[in-house]
Amino acid sequence: MPSLKDLRGRINSVKSTRKITQAMKMVAAAKLRRAQAQAEAARPYAQRMEAILASLGAAVAASPDAPRMLVGTGGDRVHLLVVVTADRGLAGPFNTQVGRLARARIRALEAEGKQVKLLTVGRKGAAYLKREFASRFVGEVTYAGKKRVDFADAEAVAMQVAGLLEEGGFDVCSLIYNRFRNVISQIPTEQRLIPTPLPEGAVAAEGPQALYEYEPAEDQILATLLPRNLAIQIYRAILESTAGEHGARMTAMDNATRNAGEMINRLTLNYNRTRQANITRELIEIISGAEAV
Amino acid sequence: MATFLLELVSPEKLLLSRPVEMATLPAEEGEMGVLPGHSPMIVALRGGVIRVRENGAETEALFIAGGFAEVSPERVTILADEATPLASLSRATAERRLAEAEAALQEAIAEPEPKRDAAYARVQAFRTAVSVAQAA
Repeated sequence: MPSLKDLRGRINSVKSTRKITQAMKMVAAAKLRRAQAQAEAARPYAQRMEAILASLGAAVAASPDAPRMLVGTGGDRVHLLVVVTADRGLAGPFNTQVGRLARARIRALEAEGKQVKLLTVGRKGAAYLKREFASRFVGEVTYAGKKRVDFADAEAVAMQVAGLLEEGGFDVCSLIYNRFRNVISQIPTEQRLIPTPLPEGAVAAEGPQALYEYEPAEDQILATLLPRNLAIQIYRAILESTAGEHGARMTAMDNATRNAGEMINRLTLNYNRTRQANITRELIEIISGAEAV
Repeated sequence: MATFLLELVSPEKLLLSRPVEMATLPAEEGEMGVLPGHSPMIVALRGGVIRVRENGAETEALFIAGGFAEVSPERVTILADEATPLASLSRATAERRLAEAEAALQEAIAEPEPKRDAAYARVQAFRTAVSVAQAA
């Protein structure tokens, strides 16, 4: 049975843990608001971009010399997975969730006899996947120590992907990240980047779209638009993942705070009981001592 | 006077979304004025200044570092790489960015064409920025 001193020590240590988790929860809540605002601000651009791309892509995709970034290399042998996670842990299952999906995908692809290459964004995903798949890494990016990720950062990742594509490094590129649904639920999602998925129904429905005039020609516009689209998709994934990270951390820290509270209650009860028992024991000793005289 | 909806978005935020009478865009092949009822087109934009007219007077001027515009009879959507209102574009910032772009061009000079062109376009864009910042 633990002594009173031990119990006091434990109560104090759990109390300071609770203080930390509580503070982390507040910080995460504040950061979540900022991340959400940033993600929302980026949405209109992505939407407009999609609309333009849909009408342009439909016009060009059919032609034989369509840009590679739009239609891919035609092959399906080498897959590049871009895995987006957080740089920090203590966010519940947030990072492992993505890691697990990525691992399942790698296994499945390799079982089909395909080659897999990995590019990770965020330190946690890299650490998780390196244990098993270190040989598949082609690059890793972290934003540890950076206050906020801006568009230029996403652009740098996109450049890396585009560079690989140019030298024929892969056939298909997908993005794996945590989609932010709400504060308590982040859904690990896989999204294809290259070949660019075109919404087929939308093109047919909006027939007159094809009447656009282009200046300069379609293929030239497309050549600048596609890398941009790639960057914006990655940017969006990073923002969603950041928002998700803070949401997940907030939930995790809220749970931790609650658990710490429960533990303190239990320990305090235990402490009081032990103290009472000690007092009773001492009293009995005194009384029986007095009686014996 | 007739108006059309002008939307200006950058990857980081929605900057402008309201009906205007006329907008001048720095298209890749020359300045382009857009009035309501313009025939639908998609244009690439170089670095330059977007000018907006409302109620017969110029109300807004923004510098963009490049981008695209989708024009249709009742609305214009501009996807800008980066946009700053002229009023808040300081000469010093513009010069610093120009210097950066020039340095990047020096590095990219040996690169294959698309990269070099992109770097060159950035230098051009910030040259414009410096000149308009001066004028403002």
